[in-house]
Amino acid sequence: MLTQGFVVLLSHWRRHKLQFAMLLLGLALATALWSAVQAINGEARASYARAAAVVGQDRLEQLARPDGTRFPQSGYIALRKAGWLVSPVIEGEKRFGAERLRILGVDPLTLPSEAAQVNVGAADIGLQRFITPPGVFIVSAETAERLKGVETPPLRISDALPPGMVLTDIGIAQGLLDAPGQVSRLLVAAKQPGHARPLAEVTPDLVRRAPPEESDLSRLTGSFHLNLTAFGFLAFAVGLFIVHSAIGLAFEQRRPAIRTLRAVGLPLGVLIMLMVVELLVLSTAAGLIGVALGYGVASLLLPDVAASLRGLYGAEVPGTLSVRPSVWGLGLAIAVAGTLASAASRLWRIASMPLLAPARPRAWSLASERALRLQAAGGLLLLAMAGLTVFLGSGLVAGFASLGAMLLGAALLLPIMLSALLKLGERLSTRVVAQWFWADTRQQLPGLSLALMALLLALAANAGVGTMVQSFRQTFVGWLDQRLPSELYVTTRSLDESRKVHDWLSSRSDAVLPIWNADLRLFGQPVQVFGVADHATYRDHWTMLEAVPDVWDRIARGEGVLANEQLARRQKLKLGDAIPLQAGVSLPLAGVFSDYGNPRGQVMMGVDGLVRLFPDASRLRYAVRIAPDKAPQLAAELRKAFGLPQGNVVDQETVKAFSLRVFERTFAVTAALNVLTLGVAGLAIFASLLTLSGMRLSQLAPAWAMGLTLRRLALLEVLRGAALAVFTMLAAAPVGLGLAWMLLAVINVEAFGWRLPMHLFPFDWLRLLLLAVASAALAALLPALWLTRRSPADLVKVFANER
Amino acid sequence: MLLDLQDVSKSYPTGEGVLQVLRGVSLALGAGESLALTGESGSGKSTLLHLAGGLDRPDSGAIRFEGKDIAGLGDRDLAAFRRVSVGLVFQQFNLIPSLDVRANLAFQARLGDRYDAAWTGRLTERLGLAGLLDRYPEQLSGGQQQRVAIGRALAGRPRLILADEPTGNLDEATGDAVLDLMLALMAETGAALLMVTHSTRLASRLGRRLHLAAGKLS
Ligand SMILES: Nc1ncnc2c1ncn2[C@@H]1O[C@H](COP(=O)(O)OP(=O)(O)OP(=O)(O)O)[C@@H](O)[C@H]1O
Ligand SMILES: [Mg+2]
Repeated sequence: MLTQGFVVLLSHWRRHKLQFAMLLLGLALATALWSAVQAINGEARASYARAAAVVGQDRLEQLARPDGTRFPQSGYIALRKAGWLVSPVIEGEKRFGAERLRILGVDPLTLPSEAAQVNVGAADIGLQRFITPPGVFIVSAETAERLKGVETPPLRISDALPPGMVLTDIGIAQGLLDAPGQVSRLLVAAKQPGHARPLAEVTPDLVRRAPPEESDLSRLTGSFHLNLTAFGFLAFAVGLFIVHSAIGLAFEQRRPAIRTLRAVGLPLGVLIMLMVVELLVLSTAAGLIGVALGYGVASLLLPDVAASLRGLYGAEVPGTLSVRPSVWGLGLAIAVAGTLASAASRLWRIASMPLLAPARPRAWSLASERALRLQAAGGLLLLAMAGLTVFLGSGLVAGFASLGAMLLGAALLLPIMLSALLKLGERLSTRVVAQWFWADTRQQLPGLSLALMALLLALAANAGVGTMVQSFRQTFVGWLDQRLPSELYVTTRSLDESRKVHDWLSSRSDAVLPIWNADLRLFGQPVQVFGVADHATYRDHWTMLEAVPDVWDRIARGEGVLANEQLARRQKLKLGDAIPLQAGVSLPLAGVFSDYGNPRGQVMMGVDGLVRLFPDASRLRYAVRIAPDKAPQLAAELRKAFGLPQGNVVDQETVKAFSLRVFERTFAVTAALNVLTLGVAGLAIFASLLTLSGMRLSQLAPAWAMGLTLRRLALLEVLRGAALAVFTMLAAAPVGLGLAWMLLAVINVEAFGWRLPMHLFPFDWLRLLLLAVASAALAALLPALWLTRRSPADLVKVFANER
Repeated sequence: MLLDLQDVSKSYPTGEGVLQVLRGVSLALGAGESLALTGESGSGKSTLLHLAGGLDRPDSGAIRFEGKDIAGLGDRDLAAFRRVSVGLVFQQFNLIPSLDVRANLAFQARLGDRYDAAWTGRLTERLGLAGLLDRYPEQLSGGQQQRVAIGRALAGRPRLILADEPTGNLDEATGDAVLDLMLALMAETGAALLMVTHSTRLASRLGRRLHLAAGKLS
């Protein structure tokens, strides 16, 4: 009996192959986009975790200066003498060819066992080789690949290192980083002999820190990944609309079969169980296809994501994906859960269907009016909640919750708005065909509203995110012009060279402005401090959000500092607040400047103050002012005079182009997800029209019999799709604006720490409208073509007794 | 002659080969006349009616309406013919579900540019539909739906009414009442009627009666 029941149920799919394909495709696509995002996030997180775990930093306590700056090795020796089991580490960045690498120098002899992920005593490395110059660079396979042809110490490969990081001996690293005798921090072994002298006595200037619970990288990039996740979820939700409509159609069409099965004695419980099993099998299959597809999408997107993570956060993520069980598990789970959720109402209806219920055509006018109103009330409630969350809540999660509520609320309101618009159209039209067109479109609403809601979500997301990206772009480009006024940017390779280059340039240019900086920890986060010279370049160009009147004079006199917007927002800094730069030294905040695209906090102060406070600050970079037409000549001469590589002397255009490229790649991912979401929404409409086309014949046949040609009817079907898309776009426009506002004024501020002005781009909106109309019309085209192929005999059957 | 069928044949392709439904049927109907078409189920009555109404085309033979052959017309001209010249009443699914009764009544007449508000108002009165104008088809009983279909068929004052078992889904009393109304209104407009029916009792109330069997009329 079970097999028989199953055979009857499954035979439906054999006869409706297209429907089956839609169901699989919808589910697979939805799962694919979701899984792609998960795979990318998983890869990135694993990479951060690897970075954090190198030399046990995620497990061991550490000793370091409160401001994170380097300190002399003598402190380490004192501690060892006092009986402490500590091991020195130096960390810093250095360029090799075009690659900027993070160098981690360790002492293999004292490294605690928890920190020894790489066995430097192993045969292929050898302790002796490791510690004697030129030493050995231990890197990941990917970094080794990137370093091909670049002059470095011999490379050895280890999986334990994230891309872009080098593990080497501390002595070698000190030499490379120009910091002889300096260390960044000390690792404290977990087991210490009991008799050591108290730390405060031996090294009063060092503090003991517990291993961080979350690495700086994963905190910085958290918002980026949350953004991706939100998009993946949106795509999944839109995909579920397809699944819902395909399942709806299948269950509707199988009603007679189900009734027959019950009539011949198959118990309802067994029947429902069979259908659940069927759904489980289907959704598992689609989920598997979807996750596999997702990996494909992810591998296409990953290079862009990796580039933007590197550009935005300096976070290194490998360019290749590894297969993660969690992605498969989560992808399958969400596919199955989504399918069951979409099918729940149908199963419920079947469970409560009387055995002899007539297969009546769907009643629509009265019942649906009431349902529409109920749904609209729900929508209004959600919108109200979205508003409340924005104004009362705080934090990124509240921001996204509010976004979600707004989108869902707007989607729920869509059908009643469309219904009202169509009623208006009917009332305003005078020709009989036009009146029928509007009335008939309204009748299709219940069947189409889910797909149109999906379209609304996709359009609103496109419009909103598009507006955000373009606003960002416009602001960013304008800001870059101000931020990079100097003609040349020079990076020297050592302190000695730096001095010589400075002297060389001083006599050949209008001004040589140092770009010197030190890394420190302020308010518990990594912050960069820049020293700037007192020069018109800054006074004339630097974009201040707020500042005291004589801000540049104060900076020049060393009586104040500037902070970037993200630092000021995160710490809620006000002008005049004291910024604690070092133990006992703090300066008042004299201004806040905008610093788009930078995830980290930044502080600017007079260059003299920087050198005084942070003697080990990096003093390698300069900005050069010179008449623009003389810049190329000077750059060439400078390269020649000092043998500087091409990349160490760059002009303004190159720096701008680089910044813009990072920017474009960051949003390439968003754009790709946007287009995919819109495509999925188009499919949802197609699936729904397919669903309706079966019932459609009995609605169209009377109009045909009264004297409308099939061609005209088909044309009207396509127009109907287009009209609905236009109306949906009308409804999506305010939602898109709301979304853009929320992204710019709430989400960005929470996630990145900067607030951007909103710009509107009518041309983009127009393009989106055309895209929506085209996709809806395209979705309507196939069913319309089928309609024109109908023979009269098919149509007249509607009126005959057989039905 | 208003309607003139000469040697009309029609077949349908089916799974088991070609099904020959009509084998050379000829029939003539003058203006204002009424004709009942009877025959067993599956004998091809509906098929014949659809051909006469320009809903489908015969395999061979001529169908002349007011002397003009409609069998060879293209889709567009056939549609124009249906808009203006015939009123159709079927057994079911006559009405456009998205339009209310008022719009359904006027639909065909307005399509054919023959709408006459006063006449439609009179039809509405006579058919007892005045209280139902704002309802939608799904909110009507079977008899009410058929009355609307009849009103719609007559609203454009076509010369020919084709009815396929218009009362087949109704109980006898309601069916009789609906038919009475139809005949009375036809007499007013002077339209001719071709009606398919199973019932000899109903057939006997029309002017002539033809029987379809084995693809031929007798
Ligand atoms: N579109 C079609 N395709 C194939 N066969 C058809 C089609 N339409 C009708 N037929 C067949 O043609 C024959 C005549 O059908 P038709 O509907 O004209 O009969 P009818 O006399 O009206 O019968 P009833 O009294 O049951 O309405 C039937 O055998 C029917 O199965
Ligand atoms: Mg029939």
